[in-house]
Parts: sequence; structure tokens; C-alpha cells
Amino acid sequence: MTDTIVNSFVNQPDEAGRFGIHGGRFVAETLMPLILNVERSYKSACNEVNFTRELAYYQKHYVGRPSPLYFAERLTAHFGGAKLYLKRDELNHTGAHKINNVLGQALLAKRMGKTKIIAETGAGQHGVATATACALFDMECEVFMGEEDVRRQKPNVDRMRLLGAKVHPVTSGRGTLKDAMNEALRFWVANAQTHFYIIGTVAGPHPYPQMVRDFQSVIGKEAKEQLMEAEGRLPDAIIACIGGGSNAMGLFHPFLDDESVSIYGVEAAGKGIPSGLHAASLTGGTPGVLHGNRTYLLQDEDGQIIDAHSISAGLDYPGIGPEHSWLHDMGRVNYVSATDEEALVAFQLCSRLEGIIPALEPSHALAFTGTIIGDMNPDDIVILNMCGRGDKDLGAVLPMLDERGLL
Amino acid sequence: MGRIETTFARAKEQGRGTLGVFVTAGDPDLETSGKILDAVVAGGADIIEFGMPFSDPMADGPAIQASSLRALKGGVTLEKTLAMAKAFRERHAEIPLILMGYYNPIYIYGSQKFLDKAAAIGVDGLIIVDLPPEEDAELCLPAKQAGLSFIRLVTPTSDEARLPTVLAEASGFVYYVSITGITGTKSAAGASIDDAYKRIKSVTDLPVVTGFGIRTPMAAGEAANLSDGAVVGSAVVDIIANNLSDDGSTHDEMVQKIAAFVGDLAKGVAAS
Repeated sequence: MTDTIVNSFVNQPDEAGRFGIHGGRFVAETLMPLILNVERSYKSACNEVNFTRELAYYQKHYVGRPSPLYFAERLTAHFGGAKLYLKRDELNHTGAHKINNVLGQALLAKRMGKTKIIAETGAGQHGVATATACALFDMECEVFMGEEDVRRQKPNVDRMRLLGAKVHPVTSGRGTLKDAMNEALRFWVANAQTHFYIIGTVAGPHPYPQMVRDFQSVIGKEAKEQLMEAEGRLPDAIIACIGGGSNAMGLFHPFLDDESVSIYGVEAAGKGIPSGLHAASLTGGTPGVLHGNRTYLLQDEDGQIIDAHSISAGLDYPGIGPEHSWLHDMGRVNYVSATDEEALVAFQLCSRLEGIIPALEPSHALAFTGTIIGDMNPDDIVILNMCGRGDKDLGAVLPMLDERGLL
Repeated sequence: MGRIETTFARAKEQGRGTLGVFVTAGDPDLETSGKILDAVVAGGADIIEFGMPFSDPMADGPAIQASSLRALKGGVTLEKTLAMAKAFRERHAEIPLILMGYYNPIYIYGSQKFLDKAAAIGVDGLIIVDLPPEEDAELCLPAKQAGLSFIRLVTPTSDEARLPTVLAEASGFVYYVSITGITGTKSAAGASIDDAYKRIKSVTDLPVVTGFGIRTPMAAGEAANLSDGAVVGSAVVDIIANNLSDDGSTHDEMVQKIAAFVGDLAKGVAAS
């Protein structure tokens, strides 16, 4: 905990897009007029009933919201502690939480008269969601995806192509999410006047971290209401995985001022934090400036960015959304981690016990949940954000499970 | 008068624009990089833009991305870049030296420590790509306090409403990015440079140089003619990329080719 006392955790960022020292607008001048325009348009859209009504319409009838809050009875029995509820955002159309944000931004782009869309993607879930919205709203879609991720998430590449998006494999760097984001930003700089950039996580220059959080907060709002209905009270703990951190921010934000709720963000520890091969920016990083914002980054002592490592393409990013960095500094959220191996075990466990094949990303959150839930009281309640489904991961995961004799 | 002002005044007297040349510190290796700087001066450049390499150069095209990676692989750090700048200043007392790059390495080094050191060495100005006026408190204002010019990038997207904001704290000169895009890719049309130059000059008295996408002596001459100077980067860096060898046996030839190319650029600008 720092010494700073705040009355509320939900009033960030400030006018300059700062969450404490984090956030901001660290971009090339070419993009500034555009970003200011996005900010103005977003503010005015939020105050318009037509915009919020249209978004709510698509959330309900197209995405299938609200997503269920499901009592995971067999996992609860297996862990032998608190009751575990799963927020089933993997049941959304396109199979992950990403569509919540994409529809919001696509409708904003439409309002701004933009019909050409750029997106970066790691696991491909944000790319698929963006390609989907572009098909729905008749927009052109260019998706930047690291070469390595194109290989390990092939089903999503196929889906994007089928939906009419152009997928640009990015060969620079290690060919993962960081490199895809660099290339998407370069493309945006070259096409600033015509294209709208739909960022997939709670990062990037202001207003993106705030805007993406707002669109994803539907997860936490629903979960709160649904648990109130089911149990008549708040949860004791809420847990979500974190790459950039959009599903986590969406679940956490409506609970930040509920002091009794413990909050856990689970970063990807890859092959273990001491190995240096991980994606845990908060646990193993320091504040720096990349991709438009100041936030915790994996970097060396010269300020050069270090590649992240994770079995999960969606968590394989050396940074994190600036609001998470602030919540970490303030001590409001506990940032913890789970390794590749732990995530694999959780992937299989959830499939066997609940008949739900989770994505590798929330498998990290489930793996961490297993380390604390057994010690909690049977009356306690935990909500885990099941933010994506695992179909996309089968090609990569099955050989690994076979190798370990887990199948 | 500082080195930047003197340089523009002299060029103006001679009835020509200035030639700025960008090279990355430590590319292809620390030793050759020093020789390249000398070759750029010998070739007739008026202003040196010395790139501080960053792992994730978001506004740069493939040529300068590769150049930054070569330099980092060769072991360059911000400390070593500053040491090279210091050595350069000891060899060349008069020519303006601008450090150009991204904010993170400076932030990690310590902004004030960096500014104090750069000013003491005799660096004249900074161009930091990812620090727009909205973030002036980070480095722009402290840089001016330390006696360094903070050179602003103006782009085709900087419209009339935006220009006064961009130029409010500008100093030294203004760098007009003549294309909407990253370094070393497309080229701008003369008419658009002319138009932008007039718009910028209506807001500031600072000299305005044109860069991004200028690859030939002729293009440099045209840009210098339409504004107060031209900057060439990727085309010079390409000579490094095309003359590499593992044992460094081709590096003397590389340095000579760069001197010759900069000489041609200087002729192009002199004819402007």
C-alpha cells in the first residue's frame, strides 16, 4: 500500500488520461489529432441514449448477454473450500469477452464515419471479434498478428479470413502480440486519416484504457447483480487472468469500492518468474513507456523491452493496462501469477470436472484459484471470469497433455 | 547564437537550405558508427541527427527498425550513445548535434540525469517521437530549462486547430514529417510540402526542415527548396545494411560510400 489515500477507486483516469503516474498519451504527433477526436466522440457517445441503446441491443441479441453466472459445483467439491462461480463470458458469440469491447468501438467508429478498421491480436480472439463486427457493420478489417501466434492459433486465423478480414502476419521481433501492436500502430500512423484502430485491451494511449474498461465493465456489473440474485450478497473474492488486462478490468471495476471483496489478477508466469521467461509485468517488471502509455513493463536496465513468454498467446505481452499498474501501486488488487504447467493442469481439470473447455488464458486464473480456494470457508464465494473458451488452443494443448500423460 | 541558429543563418546567407542526416548510434558497431558520423560531416551535412536505438521503434519503417536492432545487438546503450556524442563534439565543435529517439530509454536512464549530461556534452537538441505536447512536463519543459532545444514534429494531420498547440513550446527548428506514415516509406508531393511550410510559418518564426521519405539528392534539393532544409535517414542507413560483413572487412568501404552519398545530397541541397 502506498501512503496515498483515495476516496474511491472508480474515478480514474484524470483529464490527461492518468491513473496515478500511469497512462497518458505517448504517441507520435501524427496520431494525436485522431486520438483527441476519438476521446471527444467517445465522451459525446456516452451521453447519447441512442448509442447506449444500440450497444445494449447488440449485446443482448447478437452476443447473447447477459452471460450466465454458473455455480461450478464439481470444481467446488474438488477444491473443498469456498463456493466457486464461473462468469461464463466464454459463451459469448465468438467465444470470449473481446466482443463486448469490439462492438462498442465499432459502433463508435460508425458514428465517426469510419469504415476501415485496424486491430492487433494475440490469441486471435480480439481479431476474430473485430472481424465479426466488421462483417456485421460492413467495414474493412485489417488484423495484425505475430507470425508465431498465427502458427499457434490457426483456427482463429481461419475464422478471421472467412469473416472477410485481411490478416497481416508480423515477422518483426519474436512475432507475438507486442510486435503485432507495433505493426498495427505503424499502419495506423500511415492511415491515420481513414482508419479507426480498435485496440483490444485496456492499454494504449488515452482514452483507450478507459474506453475499453467501460465497455468490458458489463462483465462485473452483471456478475454483481447475478450473485446478488443467487446468494443475496457480494463475493469474497474475484479472480481473472491478465495479459493486457481487459477481462480482468471488466470484472474488477464495479467491485473496486467494495472493500470486503478481495481481488486477484493472475499474470502468466510462463516457465516461472525466476527463469525470466514469463509475461508477469507487475510481478517482474518496472514502470516505463510503451505503446502510448506508461505502465509496468518487462524491460532491461537500458529501457529496452524484453520479450514476454507464455504458453498462452493472449497473455504473451510485456506490458499491462495502466489502470492495473495503478491498482497495483495502490495495493487494491493482488497481482499474482500461474505458470504454463499449472495452466495446463487447470485446462484439463476444468474440462473433466465441469464439461467446460476453458481457453489457456482463464486456465491461469483457475490454476491460481486452486491455490487459495481450498483454505477458504465453505460459506465464502469466489467468482472467476471464464473469459474465453479453449477450442482455439486444442492444437497446441493436446500434444502437451499427451506428453505429460494427462489424457 | 547557438549552433542551430548559426547553421540556419549561414545556409540562408548562402541562399540554400540545410542538410540534416540521420544515423543510428552504434550501427553497425560502435567503432564504425563513429567513423560514419565523421563521414557524414565530411560529406557536407549541416545537422546531425543521432538516433538513440529503441527495441520498439513505432514510427520507423523496416530500414531504421533493422538499424536499431543491429545497434542494440552490437551492445549500444544510452550511456554509450552519450559517450559517442561526447567524442563527436570533441572532434567537431560547430555542427549541431540532435539526439533523436523514443522516450522510454531516457525515462529509465533518468530524465534529469540525461538532460544534464546531454547539455554538458554539447548536444544541441532533442527529437522524441512519442512525446506530444500533451506530455510536455515529462521532458520538453525540463529540456528547455537545461538549455536544450526541443524540436517538434509537425505532420500532415496537424491541422490549423492543432498547430499552435504543437508549436507553442517548439524550439531550435521545426521538423515537418512530410508524409502520413513511418520513416523511409512513401514520398511526399512537392505541392503538399509547399502548402504545409506556409501553414507552419504562419504560426512560428523557427526554421522548418522537411523529412521522412526523402531518398535522393534531387528530392533533398526539392525539399530544401520548398522549406528551410531537408533530412535524410533511411537512404543513408540502407548503405549500412547493404555493406555489412561479419568480420567488418567491408566497413571502410561502407564509410566511404556514405561520405560520397552525403556529398551528393549536399550538392542537391546546394543547388536548391
